[in-house]
Amino acid sequence: MSIGTIKKVAGPLVIAEGMRDANMFDVVRVSKHRLIGEIIEMHGDKASIQVYEETSGLGPGEPVESTGAPLSVELGPGLIRSIYDGIQRPLDDIMKLSGNNLQRGVEVPSLKRDIKWKFTPCVKSGTKVTGGDVIGTVQETDIVLHKIMVPCKLKGTIKSIKEGEFTVTEAIAVLEKEDGTTQDLTLMQKWPVRVGRPYKKKLSPDMPLITGQRVIDTLFPIAKGGVAAVPGPFGSGKTVVQHQLAKWAEADIVVYIGCGERGNEMTDVLNEFPELIDPKTGKTLMERTVLIANTSDMPVAAREASIYTGITIAEYFRDMGYSVALMGDSTSRWAEALREMSGRLEEMPGEEGYPAYLGSRLAQFYERAGRVITLGSDDTEGALSVIGAVSPPGGDISEPVSQATLRIVKVFWGLDASLAYKRHFPAVNWLTSYSLYVDTMANWYKENVASDWMDCRGRIMHLLQEEAELEEIVKLVGMDALSAPDRLKLEAARSIREDFLHQNAFHETDTYTSLDKQYKMMHLVLAYFDLSTMALKNGADIEKLVSLPERERVGRFKYVQNENAEKEYEDIMLNLEKSINNLTTKGDNEDA
Amino acid sequence: MPKEYRTIEEVAGPLMLVKNVENVNYNDLGEVELADGEVRRCKVLEINGTDALVQLFDSSAGINLSNSKVRFLGRSMELGVSVDMLSRVFDGMGRPIDGGPEILPDKRMDINGLPMNPAARNYPQEFIQTGVSAIDGLNTLVRGQKLPIFSASGLPHANLAAQIARQAKVRGTTEPFAVVFAAMGITFEESNFFIESFKETGAIDRTVMFVNLANDPAIERISTPRMALTAAEYLAFDAGMHVLVIMTDITNYADALREVSAARKEVPGRRGYPGYMYTDLATLYERAGRQKGKNGSITLIPILTMPEDDKTHPIPDLTGYITEGQIILSRDLYRKNIAPPIDVLPSLSRLKDKGIGKGKTREDHSNTMNQLFAAYARGKDAKELMVILGEAALTDIDKLYAKFADEFEKQYVSQGYNTNRSIEETLDLGWKLLSILPRSELKRIDDKYLDMYYGK
Repeated sequence: MSIGTIKKVAGPLVIAEGMRDANMFDVVRVSKHRLIGEIIEMHGDKASIQVYEETSGLGPGEPVESTGAPLSVELGPGLIRSIYDGIQRPLDDIMKLSGNNLQRGVEVPSLKRDIKWKFTPCVKSGTKVTGGDVIGTVQETDIVLHKIMVPCKLKGTIKSIKEGEFTVTEAIAVLEKEDGTTQDLTLMQKWPVRVGRPYKKKLSPDMPLITGQRVIDTLFPIAKGGVAAVPGPFGSGKTVVQHQLAKWAEADIVVYIGCGERGNEMTDVLNEFPELIDPKTGKTLMERTVLIANTSDMPVAAREASIYTGITIAEYFRDMGYSVALMGDSTSRWAEALREMSGRLEEMPGEEGYPAYLGSRLAQFYERAGRVITLGSDDTEGALSVIGAVSPPGGDISEPVSQATLRIVKVFWGLDASLAYKRHFPAVNWLTSYSLYVDTMANWYKENVASDWMDCRGRIMHLLQEEAELEEIVKLVGMDALSAPDRLKLEAARSIREDFLHQNAFHETDTYTSLDKQYKMMHLVLAYFDLSTMALKNGADIEKLVSLPERERVGRFKYVQNENAEKEYEDIMLNLEKSINNLTTKGDNEDA
Repeated sequence: MPKEYRTIEEVAGPLMLVKNVENVNYNDLGEVELADGEVRRCKVLEINGTDALVQLFDSSAGINLSNSKVRFLGRSMELGVSVDMLSRVFDGMGRPIDGGPEILPDKRMDINGLPMNPAARNYPQEFIQTGVSAIDGLNTLVRGQKLPIFSASGLPHANLAAQIARQAKVRGTTEPFAVVFAAMGITFEESNFFIESFKETGAIDRTVMFVNLANDPAIERISTPRMALTAAEYLAFDAGMHVLVIMTDITNYADALREVSAARKEVPGRRGYPGYMYTDLATLYERAGRQKGKNGSITLIPILTMPEDDKTHPIPDLTGYITEGQIILSRDLYRKNIAPPIDVLPSLSRLKDKGIGKGKTREDHSNTMNQLFAAYARGKDAKELMVILGEAALTDIDKLYAKFADEFEKQYVSQGYNTNRSIEETLDLGWKLLSILPRSELKRIDDKYLDMYYGK
C-alpha cells in the first residue's frame, strides 16, 4: 500500500506524487475526505487519478492512499431491487447517511452486510468443483433464485458446506484447492469491472428477445444475446423505448443504467417498477431489476465507471444461466465523460475532441454481450442482451459516437424527430432502421408463431417502402394523379402506421402485445389490403373502400384485451369480408 | 487574516496565474485588491504545486502584476441566504443593488450545491395551471419540472415567461410560493419588463432577483444562475415554499462559459463550446425538482435564444437533452400574429403523463391531447400540400384537416398574453375544434370520451 501526496487538482483530475508502488487502475482514496478515485496514468512516481467525487476544496499536499486493488463490484444476494451510483454504492444507504443530497467521501458497502440470506446447498462435501459451478441457491426475491457459484478462478474439492442463514460475508463452505490449501467460500464474490467475466464458449444468437413492442418484434427484432442501438434527438422517445424494454422484455434479469441522464427518470423507474406487474411471473418488475444511476448532475468520472459496473453485474447473472437484458441510457454521456477526462489528461484528440480510443472502448463494451455457455461443469446457457441509447448532438448520427456504435451493433432503431412531432410513438423510423438478426431468427418465428410470419413481415416492409415512393409522387402531383390501386396501397400503409406500428406506452393493454396478437394485427391490415385489391379489380369504388366503417374496428383492435382478441379478430375478419364483398356486388348492381 | 500574495505572473482574458501560493485549494474563492483599494473576486480553477490558475469574475482592467494583491479565502463561493431576500434585488454575485441593507444570513450555502440523490427525489406530478392552452392542454407543466423556453432573437419569450409567472397556480392549494428571477446578460429594458410585470401583480413581494445586465462583466454570469438556484433551494427545501425560477438568457451564460474555456486553451467541442458544457448545464438544471420529506419544490423555466433559430445549435441541443421537455417559439407563427407563438408540435413536456388525467385535470385530457397533436400535424401536412398543388388537390378529409389546423392556431394557440384560461376551458375548446373532424377520424380517443364530449 503506498501513500503519496496531491500535486495538482484540475476538476476531476488529480495528479499525485510518490505513487511509484501503486498499480495502474488501482482504486485510491484521495485527501482527508477519502474521495474515491482510480489511477489512469503513471509517469515516474506521478499518478494521474480520475476522482469519482467532487474535488472542490482539495489542494496540494493532501494524502493519496492506494488500496492496491482495481475498481471492483460486489456480487451476491442483495443486488436485485437495489439502486446504485456509478461505483456501486447503494443510493438508499447514502441517503440514510447524508440526507437528500449526495455528500462526498461516504463509505458504504455495496451489498448490505446485516441481512441474513437462507442458503440451500446443492452439492455435498467431497464434490469436485471448478469455477462457475453452482454450489447452492438463495431465493433472493420471489422470482429470482440466486445461484451461488464458485468464484471463476478457483478449483478444488468442497471440504464442508452448510445450510442455514448467512450474511454475505460469512463462510458457507470450505474449498480445498489442488495445492492442498483451503479457502472459505462466501455468498459474495468480487470482480474487477473493467475485465469481462469469463465463459466457456460464445454461441450465435438464434432466438428473439421478445419485447411486446410491435415495431421491434415484428420489423426489427433483437436476438437474445444481441446488441442494439437506439439513437435519436431529444424528445424522440429514447428513454420511453428503453423503459418499455426494461418493463416488458422477456428477460429474467434487467439491469438498467441511467448514465448521465435526468434524475427524475430514475425516480420514475423507482416509483413505477415496484407497482408494475410482470405478465409472465405475476410479480412486480422490481423483483428482477437492478438500477445503476449516475444522473447528469452527479460527478462525471463515475459516469465512465457506471457502464462497466452495470455490465459486470449483468454478466454475473448471465453466468447463473439467466437471460439478462441491459439498458444503457445513454452511451453518449459515457463517451462525453471519456472525452472530458481525455481533455484534462491533455491527450491528442480524435474527431470532435473525443479520444482516439473511443471506438475500441465502445466495441469492448458491446462485445461483452452475447449468448454463451457458462463456466462450470454442467454447460448452462446464459444470454446477455445489450441495448444502448445514443444521444447524437442535433440528432445528426454522422457524429463519432453514433458512427462508432453503428459499426458494432446488429440492430439499429433510428428514432425520428418528425415522427415524434406527429406523436407517432415509438418513433422508430421504418425506412432507416434495420436488424441483422431477422434472417437467423426466421426459423424460430416459423416454428413458434406462424409459418407465414416472415412473409407477412416482408409484405408489411414492402408496403411501407412503396408508400415512401408514392408520397414523393403525391408531393409533386397530388393525390388525384394516383391510380386506384396506388391509393389503396397508401391507405394500407397508413393503416400499418396508425393501427399497427403506433403503440401507446401509457395504455394498459396497448403497452404490451403478445406475438400472437401482433400476428393477428398484421393479418387484419393485410386482409383489408388483399380483399380491397380484389374488390377494386371487380369494380368497387376506391372512395368507399377507403371510408369503410370496419376499418375503425381494425384500428381499435390494439386496445382489445388479450382474452377477447381471438373472438374480436374473427368477428372483424368476417365483417371485413362481408362489407367489402358487398361493395363489389353493389357496384355490379349499379352498373346493371 | 489570510495571506496576501503579490505574485501574479500572468493575466490573460479572465484568467490569472498566481505563483508561490501555499494552502490553496481547488475551487477556493479569492479576492484581488488593486492599488486603489478596489476589490474583485476570483476563484481557483486549477492548482498545480504552488501555482494557482485563477478565474476572475470581473474585468481584468487595472490589474497590475507588481502591486495588485491576491488573497485566498479558504472556502468556495457562498451565498448568505434568508427569507428576507424576498422582494430584494441582487447583482450577479449576490450583492444587494437595490439600496437596501445587507442580508443577515440565516445560513451560508455553497453556490455549487450538491447533487440530489435520485433515491431522494419525489416524482413531480402536481399539475400547474399556467392559463396558457398550448402549455396546459398539450405540454403540461408540473411542480418540480424543468421546462425551458426555446426562443430566438426578436420573439416574445419575455411576455410568455411573465404570463406564466403571473398566472401559474396549483389549483386547490394555498401553499406559500416565491419567484426567483435570474437575469444573465439581458438588456435593462428586458429586465425592467419583468420587474414591472411582477410589480403589477404584486408578485414582487415574493420575488428574489439576481440581475447581471448586458453591460455587467460577462464572467459574472457563470455564478449568477448558481446564486439564484442556491436562493431557490433555500426557499424551497428549508423554508418550504414552492419556487418558480426563471432564468434568462442561458445563451449568454453558455457564451461566458466558452470564454473561460477558450482562455484556458481547452480542446473545444462543437462550435467552440467546451466539451463539459452538458455536465455544466446539467448541474444547473438538475437542481430543480422535489425531495422526499420536504414540502417545497423548485420549478425551473430557463429561457434561451437559439442562434439563427437553429434547434440543433449546442446550447438548445444540450439543454433539450437535460430538461424535461421544451416550449418552442416559432418565427412563422409570430409573423402570422399568433400570440404566444408556441410551436406545439416540436414542443414537449416529458412529465405531463403523470400530471394529467382524472383527479388532476380531467379524464379525457390524455386522449384529446394526442388527438389534437395528430390532427394538427396532419392538418399542417395538408396545408403544405395545398401550397404546392392548390386546394383542389386535397381530398375532402384533408380539407377538413387544413381547416382544423388554421382554427387550432387561431383559437387554441393564439390567446394573447392577458387571457387566463382554466383547464376546463382549454379542454372544452379542444373538443370544439375536434368536432370540425368526423368522429371516425378520432382514433386516438376512447369511445367513452367521444360519447361524453364529442359534438357537445
